[in-house]
Amino acid sequence: MTASAAVSATANTTRAARRPAGQRHRGMPRWLWHALVVIVVLIIVYPVVWMLGTSFKPAAEVVSSTRPWPVSPTLHNYPQGWTGNPGVTFGRFFLNSAIVSIAAVVGNLFACSLAAFAFARLRFRARRFLFPIVVVTLLLPYHVLIVPQYAIFKDLGWVNTFWPLIVPKFLATDAFFIFLMVQFMRGIPHELDEAAKLDGCGPYRTYWHIVLPLARPALITSAIFTFIWTWNDFFSQLIYLNDTSKFTAPVGLSLFVDQAGFSSYGPMMAMAVLSVVPVFLFFLAFQRLLVEGVATSGLKG
Amino acid sequence: MAATTLTQVSPGTGTAGRPWRHRRAGGAGMAPYVFLVPWFLGLAVFTVGPLLYSLYLSFTDDNLLQSPTWVGLANYRKMFTDDPRYLHSVKITLIYVLISVPLKLVIAFLVALLLNRPRRGIGLYRSLFYLPSLLGASVAVALVWRSMFSQSGSVDGALGLVGVHGQDWINNPTWALGTIIVLACWQFGAPMVIFLAGLKQVPGELYDAASADGAGRWARWWHVTLPMLSPIIFFNVLLETVNAFQAFTPAFIVSGGTGGPADSTLFYTLYLYQEGFSSFRFGYASAMAWVLLATVAIVTALMFWASRAVVFYADEGEH
Repeated sequence: MTASAAVSATANTTRAARRPAGQRHRGMPRWLWHALVVIVVLIIVYPVVWMLGTSFKPAAEVVSSTRPWPVSPTLHNYPQGWTGNPGVTFGRFFLNSAIVSIAAVVGNLFACSLAAFAFARLRFRARRFLFPIVVVTLLLPYHVLIVPQYAIFKDLGWVNTFWPLIVPKFLATDAFFIFLMVQFMRGIPHELDEAAKLDGCGPYRTYWHIVLPLARPALITSAIFTFIWTWNDFFSQLIYLNDTSKFTAPVGLSLFVDQAGFSSYGPMMAMAVLSVVPVFLFFLAFQRLLVEGVATSGLKG
Repeated sequence: MAATTLTQVSPGTGTAGRPWRHRRAGGAGMAPYVFLVPWFLGLAVFTVGPLLYSLYLSFTDDNLLQSPTWVGLANYRKMFTDDPRYLHSVKITLIYVLISVPLKLVIAFLVALLLNRPRRGIGLYRSLFYLPSLLGASVAVALVWRSMFSQSGSVDGALGLVGVHGQDWINNPTWALGTIIVLACWQFGAPMVIFLAGLKQVPGELYDAASADGAGRWARWWHVTLPMLSPIIFFNVLLETVNAFQAFTPAFIVSGGTGGPADSTLFYTLYLYQEGFSSFRFGYASAMAWVLLATVAIVTALMFWASRAVVFYADEGEH
C-alpha cells in the first residue's frame, strides 16, 4: 500500500495523490465542473418549477406567457381543481390514496418481513430452490398477471373496491421488498440468534424480538418505497376502481386529460402539485435512507 | 384471506415459540414454512395461478361475459398476421426501449462520473438528481410533460426564444414518442445512484497500480473503471430494459389513453390495456401478455448469456 502510494505520488503530481483513493479524475477545470452541475440541476428542477408556477397562474396567463413563473400569481386554481369534479372533491381522492397506500405499507411490512426472515435466518432444505423463485418473480412483468387477477377479483366481487390493491400486499407479492429485507437481515450477526436460542427463544421470538428491531432501517426503507410506489401507482388503480368516489389521486388526476384546453392547465397543475407533496415530504425527510437503499439493493443484486 | 394468515403466523411471543423448540434439531423444523405461509399463498393465488390461467386464456376467446371457448393458436396467429396495430405497438415499444434505455444509462453514467469526486455538496446533488426517479412514474409528472410539451407549453416557449418555432410536440406523430423518451431520461437518478455507489467501490490501489504501470487517464478508465463496474452496468441495463418494456403511465397520460397521435405512442402495455380493459378481449390480451413475458424472458436470458463474456466479477477473477 505504502509502496504503491509512493509510486503513484511520483507518477502523478503530488496534488493528485493527496485526493482520496479511487477519485483521481483529473483534467476538468473547477469552473467547468460547476457549470455542468448547474446545467443538470436546471434540467432536473425546471419541470418542477414549471408545475409549481403554472399552478399559480391565472388562466389568461397560461395561454399568453411562456415563462414558467406567474406574473400576477393567484391561488384560485387550487379551490377550482379541488372541486372540479361533480359530486366528489379531490379530498376524497387523496383520502382513498392514503387508505390504499397505508394498507399496502402495513401489508408489505408484515408479509415481506416474515418471508425475508425465513429466507435470511432459517435453515431449511427447500430454501435453495424457493429463494430463486423470489428473484424470478421480481422480473416478472405485471401485465402477464393482470388479466387473470382481474378475473379472480371479479369473481370475488371485489372489482371497484380497494381489496385488489391491498390483499396481494398481505401475501408478499412485492418480491422486491422480500429481496431488500433478505439482503439486510443476512448482515445481522448470527451470534445474536445463537444467544437467543440459548435463552430459549424459538424462531418466532427471534423474529419479533431480535431480527425485526435490528432490521429497522430496511423496514423503514421498504415502508417509504411501498408508500411512494403505491401512491404513484396508476395501472392497477385505473383498472380496479370504477366509481369516481372510489378514485385515488392518480386516477382523479387523469380525469384532467379529458378536459381539453389551456383553461384547465392551472387547476390541473394545482392538483398535480398537491399529489406530489407527500412524496416530496418523504423525500425531504428520508432522502439519505432512500438513496442508500437504492445504492445497496442495486449493488447486491 | 389476509385475516386467517395473520392469526396463523402471528409472531408468537411466549408460548407460541416453545412447541417448535425440540423439533429444531439442526434445522428449524416447520417454522420456516410457517413464516412463508403468506408468501406461498400469494405465489399460488396471485402469481403462479394467474400465470397458468392466462396461458390457458390465451388459447381462448374469453371476453369476460361468456365462458371461454378454445380457439387454439388463433389469437397468436391474429397478432402476427392480421393485426397491424399490434405489430405497430411492438415497433413503438422496441424503439422506446432501444433509444430510452441506452440514452438514460449513458446520462446516468456521465452524471455519476461528474459527481464521483471529493467536492462539497455532492450528497445534496445526488439526492436532488434522484428526485425525478421518485416522481417520474406518477400521473402528475406525466401531466406536466403533456402540458409542457404542448402548444404554448413552456418547452415550445423556451425554444421560441432561441428561434425554433411552432411545435405542438405532443400532438405531432413524429415527436410525441420523443417527449416520452425525454421523460424517461429525466429519471436518470436511480441508475446514477447505483453507478455512483459502484464507482466508490473501485479500490484505489487499482488506479495506483495502473498509474505505476504507466497507464494514462483513458487507459485507467478502460482497464480499471469499466471492468470493475461491469457487474453494475449489467444490473442497470437489465433492470432498465425490463422496466422499459412495461412502461405505461406516460404513454397513457400523454396520449389521453389512445396511444395517439396516429398511434405514435401506442406502447405494448397500452394496447394490451385497450384490448383487455376497454374491449374486454381477455383471450387476446392474455396472448399479448404471454408474448411480452416470453420477450422479456428471452431478452433477460440473452443478457445473462452475454454477460458471461463481458461482465467481470472481481471475486471470480482471482481463481
